[in-house]
Amino acid sequence: MAPRHTARLAQALILAVFLGLAALLATTTAEHLAQRGIRSGFDFLLEPAGFALGESLLAFEPEDTTLRAFAAGLANTLRVALPGVVLALTVGILTGFARMGDNPLLRGLASGAIDAFRNVPLLLQLLAWYFILTDLLPAADAALRLGPGVYLSKSGLALPWWGEQGFETPEIAGFGIEGGARLTPEYLAMLLGLVLYSAAYIAETLRGAVEALPPGQRLAALAMGMTPRQAFLLVVLPQAWRAALPPVTSQLLNLFKNASLAVAIGYPDLVSVAGTSLNQTGRAIECLSIVIAVYLLLSLAAAALSRHLEARSLRGSHE
Amino acid sequence: MYRLLTSPRARARIGALALAALACVAAPAHAGKTLDGIKSRGQLACGVSTGVIGFAAADSQGQWRGLDVDVCRAIAAAVLGDASKVRWVPLSAQQRFTALQSGEVDILSRNTTWSLTRDAALGLHFAGVTYYDGQGFMVAKKSKVSSAKQLKNAEICVQSGTTTEKNMSDYFRAQGVKVKPVVFDKFEPSIKAFFSGRCQAYTTDASALAFIRAKEAPNPDDYTVLPEIISKEPLAPAVRRGDDEWFAIVKWTVNALIEAEELGITQARVDGLKASPDPAIQRFLGVGEDLGKSLGLDRDWAARAVKAVGNYGEIFNRNVGADSPLKLPRGLNALWNKGGILYAQPLR
Repeated sequence: MAPRHTARLAQALILAVFLGLAALLATTTAEHLAQRGIRSGFDFLLEPAGFALGESLLAFEPEDTTLRAFAAGLANTLRVALPGVVLALTVGILTGFARMGDNPLLRGLASGAIDAFRNVPLLLQLLAWYFILTDLLPAADAALRLGPGVYLSKSGLALPWWGEQGFETPEIAGFGIEGGARLTPEYLAMLLGLVLYSAAYIAETLRGAVEALPPGQRLAALAMGMTPRQAFLLVVLPQAWRAALPPVTSQLLNLFKNASLAVAIGYPDLVSVAGTSLNQTGRAIECLSIVIAVYLLLSLAAAALSRHLEARSLRGSHE
Repeated sequence: MYRLLTSPRARARIGALALAALACVAAPAHAGKTLDGIKSRGQLACGVSTGVIGFAAADSQGQWRGLDVDVCRAIAAAVLGDASKVRWVPLSAQQRFTALQSGEVDILSRNTTWSLTRDAALGLHFAGVTYYDGQGFMVAKKSKVSSAKQLKNAEICVQSGTTTEKNMSDYFRAQGVKVKPVVFDKFEPSIKAFFSGRCQAYTTDASALAFIRAKEAPNPDDYTVLPEIISKEPLAPAVRRGDDEWFAIVKWTVNALIEAEELGITQARVDGLKASPDPAIQRFLGVGEDLGKSLGLDRDWAARAVKAVGNYGEIFNRNVGADSPLKLPRGLNALWNKGGILYAQPLR
């Protein structure tokens, strides 16, 4: 057999053994659960959830199924992770530039911020942001008015938005602010924490990539009559970006996974919904495997996208 | 290649691997062996909460104290003759059932509500109620809310992993009122968020509300517990299914603690009462009939349990009642002949 075929066969064999083990594990676990009178299966997903969610992008009522609760949890995860990715990239690149720039004040600030956000565990940062927001902001009935219909309070940031009665302007009423759209303190703290933490890593990655480039590249560009700015933007940055892309995308992937800390500060993400469902139904293995499967799929999709981006950025560099 | 897979050695190897993997998932269940296991280990493995003062919490010397803790100590005294031979396993709400199902603990004594789903679908047996609780709400006095029905559109802080979220949602659906839960996985952030003013109300079992108001509030007088009790929360210790002998021991130790109060047998008087002419007391203390034999224990089991932790009334007062910082009234947890609903099945 050609070595290639042997390798293929070996791989297939390893896969078969692995799948066999997984199947054995699954059937034996199911058997043991049955022996002990523990109900198992995914039928609970179609039963009414029975609990409410504090906020949800996807309309959700307690009468809806548990499956829909998981979907609403996933939507909430994406609601914080997707804007998080865009903002982290933006803030990270800007901070990276500031860190490498000529302005000593900006450089110092950027470097201090990077050190602070990279070196404190994310969970602590999230709790800190959350309690800063809820402690410092005024109660809902004394909300700060930032503009027409824009209020900031312990209940969050209220904005004019389309609601059940068409375009609504938030107003102070009852227990809080009603009408329009609202970004809760849980959501804001989550977004802020994730963005700053990831941005600090991205900024450092970028600086590393720029500094790893042979200095000759920049000097050659300057010798050809480019301004320092042109040399940076046209010669240094495109090459550094290529080197930085894999670690930056992996950092953005981490942001997705870190979004699972949301339950610590009361944001109803996928993990939070799974935790509540687990307790209502007792289906521990089922609820956790759903979370694992969803995160695996998200990560694989993001990894495929990042490979595609890397391939595109490398195109033309090896002609 | 095919031959390789089916060769006895390869199969043995795969088999061993599979067994190792399975061992991580589930240790085999031995019916009727829980007591043997406890005796050979010399220790009762007791699953408790990670810290609810009054029910189970480690004090400043690292000693576990509380009503749930005393139930385990009573069982250790009855079974092993020594109330201190307990291995405490603090469990989160999410971990607790799995820990019991998988055999990590022999008993779950962790302010756990006895409900149909849990009883029927989780492979557990609940062994008798040790505290009748119910869910309530706490609000800031300045909000001028005097009834849970006024909480329309309120945001309510709650700790996840309990029956609380569903009760709350059921209650407000029945009232036709919408509220927004803010769900935390840990206790501390959930109460910190409430006291910072993030939520207009906090909900959990009434016993815990009393503790939170007394011990965690910046100023207890600024907060009030609303009159509505929206659920029944009979808190009960649980054991695994499949070991009826062990189930009986736990069930009857709980009954014995209550019966001791009915009979007036206290921690201090338990030795002196051995001379009592009352046949019920004699039976209880193993002076006359030997009730322990039918449980697989010796005749002093119940006397030892009471000597270790006192009767139910003493346990209640010490941990959550008049002699504790919580100062909870007996309420439903008084004896059936003293205005409560606590009733021991007869020990005879």
